[in-house]
Amino acid sequence: MEVAYYPGCTLKANARNFEDSALFACEKLDIEIKELSRWNCCGTVFSLSTDDLIHHMAPVRNLIRVEENGSNRVMTLCAMCYNTLKRANERVKADPESLEKLNRVMYKEEVDYQGNVEVVHMLELLRDEIEFTNLASKVIKPLNNLKVACYYGCMLVRPEGIGFDDIENPSVLEDLIHVLEGQPVDFPFKTECCGAYQTVDKPDIIAERTDQIINSARNRGAEVMVMACPLCAFNLDHRQKITRQVYSGFRGMPVLYFSQLLALALGCGTETLKFDLHYFNPEPILKEKGLI
Amino acid sequence: MSERVDVSRTRIGDPFVLKIEELSGQNLLACYQCGKCSAGCPAVSEMDILPNQIIRYAQLGLTDELIRSKSIWVCASCLTCNARCPKGINIAEVIEALRQIQLRRRNDHIDIGKVKDPEMEELPPIALISSFRKFTS
Repeated sequence: MEVAYYPGCTLKANARNFEDSALFACEKLDIEIKELSRWNCCGTVFSLSTDDLIHHMAPVRNLIRVEENGSNRVMTLCAMCYNTLKRANERVKADPESLEKLNRVMYKEEVDYQGNVEVVHMLELLRDEIEFTNLASKVIKPLNNLKVACYYGCMLVRPEGIGFDDIENPSVLEDLIHVLEGQPVDFPFKTECCGAYQTVDKPDIIAERTDQIINSARNRGAEVMVMACPLCAFNLDHRQKITRQVYSGFRGMPVLYFSQLLALALGCGTETLKFDLHYFNPEPILKEKGLI
Repeated sequence: MSERVDVSRTRIGDPFVLKIEELSGQNLLACYQCGKCSAGCPAVSEMDILPNQIIRYAQLGLTDELIRSKSIWVCASCLTCNARCPKGINIAEVIEALRQIQLRRRNDHIDIGKVKDPEMEELPPIALISSFRKFTS
């Protein structure tokens, strides 16, 4: 299977562990990734006001790139890119007048955006096209009952119609972990917001959420937490540093991208997994479980 | 809320309220104050006016109280309120409209120049870009 791929900014910087592990996994699963030859930042957030067309230009321009690359769909890894690209796409498809306006503003583009691109997330591809049952046969290093809390955050599941799973009780990550022979751990904060970009000017808010979310998973017996968003990962992993300073009893937990555990189960070495990019080192628990 | 608010019939449906409805695309009067938005909101502990109160204040045209509120900058548009509203109101869009009104008056919430350098290096692009998109004009 061949698929066009939009990486987004953070996957080329702080979240190289996300990209490298996902690309490794795709190769093992015979998904041929074609990164767009040219792309720009998606804007990270979908503009919520009715008249704010200009902020849909960045995502729509990327959709032109997909068409230019001869594809009619594009895969993302980052939950925020997925949400922004997909929502902008649905918005202009539903409103041809605004699409025409945007195309007119982007008059230097060689082609107009026609609205023929579909935006998919890697988890969607794994679930619906590769299918988890087929994935099971490719696992060479089962996760040995590693207890995994699956955290979705906001942008993979909301709003309804954009997310690709149940809006209140998603299960795609748990189903994946189950196939990799890990043990998914249910906890009540899996779709609770991590505080997102408040991390820039109000890190104390993030410390409170991190304390709540990580502790909840710990109390249910989780050994690691997985996610699909580099902003959630920054907040729930790197912000454990200030969380520790503010909440004296906070013990923390390793935070991983789902793709890192997937790659590990498919035989990936630690070099590609890039654990040096983590704040809470996942290596001790993975060694204890005999996974690395 | 211990603060006293003056309610007047003349402020209902004033241009400010119409502007919020226009920018958010929401019918404010559909809200019957069940409070589900505030019950599910992860940011309420930081808020001075709760999400359901924001809708009520907007219905009543309490412009200054809304524009001054800390809540509109604490909301991270996680959309939990939208997902749970039984009347189908997108509360997050109403809050976005209030932020937009402030930003379009050049009242930025954060000053990019004041984010300290070491923090800039530490923060991933996704955090900086989304923060500046939401909090600056």
